[in-house]
Amino acid sequence: MNPQMIRNEVLSALKGIAPELEIEQLRPDRSLREEVDLDSMDWLRFIEALNRSLGIAIPESDYQHVDTLNKLIAYLGQKG
Amino acid sequence: MIEFKLPSLGADMDEGTLLEWKVRPGDVVKPGQVIAVVDTAKAAIDVECWHDGTVSQLLIDIGTKVPVGTAIAWLLEPGESPQSVRRTSTAAPLLIEEQAPSGRRPRISPAARKRAAESGVSTGDLKGHGPHGVITLEDIETAARVAHPPAPDQAMRHTIAAAMSRSKREIPHYYLSETIALDKALAWLQAHNAQNTLQERLLPSVLLLKAVALALRDYPQLNGFWLDNDFKPALDTDLGVAITLRQGGLVAPVLHHVADTSLTHLMSELASLVERARSGSLRSSELGGAGITVTQLGDQGVDSVLGVIYPPQVALVGFGRISERPWVKDGQLCVMPTVISSLSADHRVSDGHYGARFLGEVRRLLQTPEAL
Repeated sequence: MNPQMIRNEVLSALKGIAPELEIEQLRPDRSLREEVDLDSMDWLRFIEALNRSLGIAIPESDYQHVDTLNKLIAYLGQKG
Repeated sequence: MIEFKLPSLGADMDEGTLLEWKVRPGDVVKPGQVIAVVDTAKAAIDVECWHDGTVSQLLIDIGTKVPVGTAIAWLLEPGESPQSVRRTSTAAPLLIEEQAPSGRRPRISPAARKRAAESGVSTGDLKGHGPHGVITLEDIETAARVAHPPAPDQAMRHTIAAAMSRSKREIPHYYLSETIALDKALAWLQAHNAQNTLQERLLPSVLLLKAVALALRDYPQLNGFWLDNDFKPALDTDLGVAITLRQGGLVAPVLHHVADTSLTHLMSELASLVERARSGSLRSSELGGAGITVTQLGDQGVDSVLGVIYPPQVALVGFGRISERPWVKDGQLCVMPTVISSLSADHRVSDGHYGARFLGEVRRLLQTPEAL
């Protein structure tokens, strides 16, 4: 799966949790949880949504490697 | 014949507008079945039935706003038939809009009369809900809201304002806080989450909620209600959970029997509650009855929260951010994941010493996470 397709899946999962999200406003090098105002429950639902759409279950120990949009897309690209 | 009344929708929601009937006359209903959807200042709520029976008559129309406790339907008990029931009362259900008998001067409390003059509410048309039908301040405020309905987001603010103002006006709060080491709890949680599937992953919140519930068993004066100048202990560990809504505001729906629920089950119930609170599909049984509320603001990045008690409850437990902080262990300075817990409690019911022992028990329970 190419980075653009991964990006689309990630953004669609984010939209499912934060419908009011404006993609253009999202800074890809900032903390994703702060940018989208995701609490720990939102974050877990987001990780679950990615698992459903991409088949990748991100372990908690890897959360530090997926904390921005750019890092998350790169990580999913490696694992996919 | 059972008079089905609009149930309590939480301490701060005293009326609802009927959006939809889910049943029709002749339908057989059972406990837990959703019979109507009602809109409140905070969210649309599925109203559940508490009886076995058959719907006999629906008493209010869609779009009607009624106070909590109003009869909204008649149900036949099992074995009853419409013919076997002699209608003892054919009075119309109590509606806010109902006219008082004309030519009678309304009986009204002085505070209500003053508020009515200020808000331009005509008292002649009002039905009083005070003793002997006296029109009370609350009746005037309800009527004022009906006459000038606020926008939905404002309605949420007004609801929170009313409950929190009442709390600060009536409840003599005292506040305590305690920093709790979470090294053992988080290590246990990480191991659990690494061994289990994504769907079985637990959040630290669940451990904190369970510890609070277990500690409440030993400290019942923090779990209950202040009603009629007296403390009524809660019968179970039903915890209100403050949930922030993305569009602003918050609701505090109930997790039931928390002390007797496994962590895994608690996690799925909490996830479901958060999701439904945010999508606006809570059930009436999830809105009332919590004996205490727990608020966790750690995700917003604050160290601690000293909360405002949700009347008629008598205590609120707060948790701030779980963070690594300097700590002294066995005489050595080290880095420790900790959380600052807090207790806001009603001094009419308990004292600081009692509250301190409760927080100490929460701390102790979190040192043996495998036993939670």
